[in-house]
Amino acid sequence: MAEIVHPKHALSTNPLKSSAPLGAALAYLGVESAVPLFHGSQGCTAFAMVHLVRHFKEAVPLQTTAMNEVSTILGGADQIEEAIENLIKKASPKFIGIASTALTETRGEDVPGELKEIIGRRTDFESTKIVYASTPDFNGGMEDGWARAVEAIVATLVPEVDPVQRNPDLRQVNLLAGSHLTPAEVEELVRMIRAFGLEPIVLPDLSSSLDGHVSDDWRGTSLGGTTLEDIEAMSRSAFTLAIGESMRGAATNLEARAFVPFRVFQSVTGLKPVDGFVRTLMELSGQSDAPPSLKRDRARLMDAALDAHFHTGKRPIAIGADPDLLYALSGCLAAMGAEIVTAVTTTPHSAVLEHVPAKEVVLGDLGDFERLAGEAGAEILITHSHGRHAAARLKLPLLRAGFPIFDRLGAQDICRVGYRGTRSFLYEIANIVQAQHHRARPDDFGAAPIEEEFDHVPHAQAS
Amino acid sequence: MADALKNKIADVFNEPACGTNVSKSEQQRKKGCAKPLTPGAAAGGCAFDGAKIALQPIVDAAHLVHAPLACEGNGWDNRGAASSGSELYRTGFTTDLGELDIVMGHGERKLYRSIRELVKTHNPPAIFVYSTCVPALIGDDIDAVCKAATEQFGTPCIPVNAPGYVGSKNLGNKLAGEALLDHVIGTIEPEEPSMYDVNIIGDYNLSGELWQVKPLFDKLGIRILGSITGDARYRQVAMAHRARVTMLVCSKALITLARKLEEQYDIPFFEGSFYGISDTSEALRTMCRMLVERGADAELLDRCEALIAEEEAKVWADLEAYRPRVEGKKVLLYTGGHKSWSVVAALQELGMEVIGTSVRKATDEDKERVKEIMQTDAHMFDNMAPKDMYRVLKDAEADVLMSGGRSQFVALKAKMPWVDVNQEKHEPYAGYMGMVDMVHAVDRALNNPMWEELRSPAPWDEPIDGANVLPAMSGHCPVTGVPAGPNSPVTLGGAGEDCAPEDSVDPAMAATKLADRFASSATDFEDC
Repeated sequence: MAEIVHPKHALSTNPLKSSAPLGAALAYLGVESAVPLFHGSQGCTAFAMVHLVRHFKEAVPLQTTAMNEVSTILGGADQIEEAIENLIKKASPKFIGIASTALTETRGEDVPGELKEIIGRRTDFESTKIVYASTPDFNGGMEDGWARAVEAIVATLVPEVDPVQRNPDLRQVNLLAGSHLTPAEVEELVRMIRAFGLEPIVLPDLSSSLDGHVSDDWRGTSLGGTTLEDIEAMSRSAFTLAIGESMRGAATNLEARAFVPFRVFQSVTGLKPVDGFVRTLMELSGQSDAPPSLKRDRARLMDAALDAHFHTGKRPIAIGADPDLLYALSGCLAAMGAEIVTAVTTTPHSAVLEHVPAKEVVLGDLGDFERLAGEAGAEILITHSHGRHAAARLKLPLLRAGFPIFDRLGAQDICRVGYRGTRSFLYEIANIVQAQHHRARPDDFGAAPIEEEFDHVPHAQAS
Repeated sequence: MADALKNKIADVFNEPACGTNVSKSEQQRKKGCAKPLTPGAAAGGCAFDGAKIALQPIVDAAHLVHAPLACEGNGWDNRGAASSGSELYRTGFTTDLGELDIVMGHGERKLYRSIRELVKTHNPPAIFVYSTCVPALIGDDIDAVCKAATEQFGTPCIPVNAPGYVGSKNLGNKLAGEALLDHVIGTIEPEEPSMYDVNIIGDYNLSGELWQVKPLFDKLGIRILGSITGDARYRQVAMAHRARVTMLVCSKALITLARKLEEQYDIPFFEGSFYGISDTSEALRTMCRMLVERGADAELLDRCEALIAEEEAKVWADLEAYRPRVEGKKVLLYTGGHKSWSVVAALQELGMEVIGTSVRKATDEDKERVKEIMQTDAHMFDNMAPKDMYRVLKDAEADVLMSGGRSQFVALKAKMPWVDVNQEKHEPYAGYMGMVDMVHAVDRALNNPMWEELRSPAPWDEPIDGANVLPAMSGHCPVTGVPAGPNSPVTLGGAGEDCAPEDSVDPAMAATKLADRFASSATDFEDC
């Protein structure tokens, strides 16, 4: 049971957190033909866009209501309306996802009310679905923004179903993907679900929009993602698989609207968590056995664990990440005997934090991360690319995980879920350990070096 | 908006040294040079972004952003301004205002405490404190906090009042310049001021561009006293008032700062650029001439000419090596400002054809130069929508796009080479040696063998040879459940009669027959 600790400093040094609106924007990008729209000043959007582009190495459509001082004080409904109008004119998106920012939330606008009025009046907006999520920067981080956006999509686009009329498709399941899943990870989960003869609807589906591909045309919207038809069809699914505690809200909403039962998987990394996921898939598909390919993958994971445990046992590791990712990675490593000596996270709004296998979970920044990891004698750092400075100063290896990863290519291809992903994760850790080449020397043990007269080359020259 | 800030903005917009501004009517001038932003169609950073860009290259200072998370959390350590010393400027400091701080009005106190912690842990020569939208909206008085903190801790705390919503990046640049004038410049005296001290304003030493021209200064014995702000130290900026000449590097934004340095400290300024060969020479010439006018020894002029002659000869010789590799290639240039023409000359000299150059943010003077160099204005355009640019590239009307990061993916997704020539680029292209580096980058991009492979057809783009067709699959894929062959059976164009995959053909038989045709040979691997 981890204790949640708030460090007592006013100054935040080297933020670990990305903002909530950015998380919302990313979730919206997992919907087909979408443009996320920030309700805030243009800088809010520019920073978030640069951040996303640096991570994905893709053009990212992201727009702003371009609030200025006057419109902030008088209210930004007109700005929202104008922005939607311009977006439809320019890119004709099927979906516009609006995220509020600290600026408009400080003033406190009733955007849902205004939006309702606008949509009611502007019949020319009919062909575009518009969703709004409240995501002030001053409350929570990327994971929270993502969760609010998915909840908003469910609340706006999944039809309410009368329980008597409910006619579920027993082969169709919903997969609510948390913000910590990469496109490759979504794909891996989809592969596993399909292996049981089930057809998943993924929301949000980054695996088809930000997977990094060359398409045959240029559009000002997302190039893939969950289709609006599929979002509507989620109400007919037999079951909802929610990955990450942060997806519980959306799963609950979905159940309330369409009576789709759900289960939340706090982690799908590590042998036991994946076993739980597979067990559920077996039950859902009514199969008492798993497909051979999956059984083989599990056998391989066990072998990988056997080979890797020499390197992970008692290994002190520091992790800085959003709660869901922190829980998934630390749980897997702890199960391999590693010690999570430092756990730093971004937002208090998560029930998994107290289950993180560490003495304490610090709600802090990379400044805390660096200090604590140094004090605790961590040997491996796991966090996003900004951790490179801490890694350089502490002279420790850094495994990049989370968002943003801007100094390595292929962030979208990292896969650490399922039997396969866990296997490669264990290899990553074990290989980092092996890359730290340390040859034992006599002085490591307090022994005197070999007598100089024995050596052909005098010691002063040799070194 | 606080009156002080309002006046400041009105002041920086009324810039007598700016040609564009002077040519406006009185009424237009009142509106300022910021264009109103269109919701849903705006791009680019805010005033805070601009202020931070201008000041962050003061590398030994701490930059503290008073804001909720996004302003610093989404934007820190994302620029390539290089430092030869301290790395403190790369550290992201923010007050990370939470909901309670805002609701309870704890912002100012949190800022003060943050400054105290920062002084204690890092002891920087100065702290730049940036205001942003939210604290400005709720009325946090960062000027007062900075004043109190400066008195209490003895570390200069400089308030930078450029909240994002007051305007664009350009305005933020200007406001940063004002902050330097009001609080930094003139606060420290140099030990040994000399007749060869200059200020360079508007070069942020991105990827080390300042260092590409610094050897030229070193050879001429010219010292960069005030660097605003490439690889700058706080003390350096504070001493800028003792320079003899100011060079304003391709920056309309900081012209106000240059003019005020002239008015307040009698430092004459000129606008120049280190982008392009003739520009670099011109900048050196002007700088030396002005230094001599201000009392430097006249022999500087001769040394300057000798250096220019030597460097120019060398750079043209170096460039000549690239001619065969780039000659005849068509370039689309999408940058703006003076870059619309300053690199055109060098590219044309090497036999490249510039099929278009954007004149966004360019002055009339710039446009004249484009016409002069390209001998027509037919290739000048303002903005090009990404869709149109994609088409131009896709249709191979250009062989390479040279632009900023924003249009990077337009070119790449059209499978066309792209060379970054804007500020976010990772390679420095300044001065004489920079031009060689740039042409090298063009060559490297253009002549990469990858392009040909990428543009070649996919296996399914061409009809398959009927002679090698196996019978279509039937049933469903056991793993994916996808039904077999939405595109099968394959239609056979001109196939031999013996190999049509009729239903009657026994698959096993067909396979055996085909096995003969697919017999491996020693040269198989060379075929692919």
